[in-house]
Amino acid sequence: MSLQTELEHYRNVLIVRLHGELDHHTANIVRLKMEEALMRDNVRHVILSLKHLQFMDSSGLGVILGRYKQVKGKGGKMAVCDVNPGVRRLFELSGLFKILTEHDNERNAIASLEVVS
Amino acid sequence: MTGPNVMKLTFSARSENEAFARIAVAAFVSQLDPTLDELNDLKTAVSEAVTNAIIHGYDSDPSRQVTIEASIDKDTVNISVSDEGQGIEDMELARQPLYTSKPELERSGMGFTIMENFMDHFEVESAAGVGTRVVMTKRIESKKALYN
Repeated sequence: MSLQTELEHYRNVLIVRLHGELDHHTANIVRLKMEEALMRDNVRHVILSLKHLQFMDSSGLGVILGRYKQVKGKGGKMAVCDVNPGVRRLFELSGLFKILTEHDNERNAIASLEVVS
Repeated sequence: MTGPNVMKLTFSARSENEAFARIAVAAFVSQLDPTLDELNDLKTAVSEAVTNAIIHGYDSDPSRQVTIEASIDKDTVNISVSDEGQGIEDMELARQPLYTSKPELERSGMGFTIMENFMDHFEVESAAGVGTRVVMTKRIESKKALYN
């Protein structure tokens, strides 16, 4: 089982689309790709677009928390969209919704970040 | 049906086997016709236990092995995940939400909390230098009507 990571830059927002399963095995590649993209000066906010994320466990929470700290260090915000029920349960249990906002789709997520940037 | 239906699986402590382990357990449990939510809960709990065995039990040594035993007894699934690794010294600390012994690996410290919340029953037996065994149980609601 694998994971594909698709990155798109839109103005000062990094959109990260995850396809597949995010666990300990696949977390490292997501971490490396996002870390590198976040080092660019013009990237301030991150949207995690999770429509095609079929599975996630606590290793996914770890990599998201790690990137949240990176984004926060740059004065940015993190948002998630298209969260499926299984992943939402994990976010709720871990309190992740206290630090990132949830939106129905990428468009709404972008709109919310443009207001704050 | 007479007695429980059992399966046992032993595999290398390699991270690529985490997906294999949770999918194998899901396939075994699918005969109870679980809902997607129930299946997701089971897969997540198995993924947490196997990941713990690999990272914490064996310090990511791929030459070691993890064993899963599962049984189906009427509408209930029993799963144990065991390693013969280093064991947990301070169980109370390990079970605290958000605690991790390996923050440098970006562990969230949520593994035990997730297993406790996603399964009906959960316990850990561990001895330093001997290994760790996680035992968890879940009743599959969708088949409950058949046995009541």
